[in-house]
Amino acid sequence: MSFYGLIWRLLPGPTAVKVIEAAVLVFAVVAALFIWVFPQLAPYMPFNDTTVGS
Amino acid sequence: MRVVRGVAGLLGELLITLGVVLLLFVGWQLWWTDVVSDADAAQVVDTLTADFDDPDWVQPAHVKLGDAFAIVRIPRFGATFARPLYEGTTREVLQRGVGHYADTAMPGEVGNFAMAGHRTTYGKPFNRIAELKKDDVVLVETKSTWYVYRVTGHEIVAPTQVSVLLPVPNRPDAEPTEAVLTMTSCHPEFSARERYVVHASLDASYPHDQGVPADVLEVS
Repeated sequence: MSFYGLIWRLLPGPTAVKVIEAAVLVFAVVAALFIWVFPQLAPYMPFNDTTVGS
Repeated sequence: MRVVRGVAGLLGELLITLGVVLLLFVGWQLWWTDVVSDADAAQVVDTLTADFDDPDWVQPAHVKLGDAFAIVRIPRFGATFARPLYEGTTREVLQRGVGHYADTAMPGEVGNFAMAGHRTTYGKPFNRIAELKKDDVVLVETKSTWYVYRVTGHEIVAPTQVSVLLPVPNRPDAEPTEAVLTMTSCHPEFSARERYVVHASLDASYPHDQGVPADVLEVS
């Protein structure tokens, strides 16, 4: 039972192609985190306040 | 036994994934936000510079919330340090440059012209705020004028101490007679526990087409 093992088996093609597909998947996940997920989380971080008041 | 091992394996994968995502978040916050904000700020400064040089471009009499209307230069932070000054201090604005507290004086005006900037992350315009010394220059460039403020001092206050923004900082009943500048950023670095506040006062102003004397830009 392994989540990443399952993905690896589901990827089509020979090993060389699988490596490229996996790299694309990783890139897509990191991009999604950078563009959508992390900007949503940042306001809750304790070091981003610079103003007085509010 | 196989089931236990399988579950443990899945849990292990999950924990490793969480760890990697946390590291990625740190990388995003400490590095990527700077990359994005620096590039954006440089582009806005270029646009403002071109606007200021364009004789047909008119600075709006009333600046809208979220609009960039001036360029902040601080020689102590480097000869090329220039950041756009936006109206307002919303999160969106502060991720792009320096923010002007909307209900405070405008550059050059009698009263307290107050601005906020990030000390860490998002291009960290005020990262080196604690290096500012007495008489250091803070230049504010608008379409019409170069305003030269000189640092008078600093204080470290609680985030709730809004009195630093008063027309005469920290003196609620005083009537302003002087044009002063107040800069706020977080303190200590990477914390929101306190605010680092720098006060400055207007030393001189020069018409924009005349430029600023070279010695103003020198750092002692």
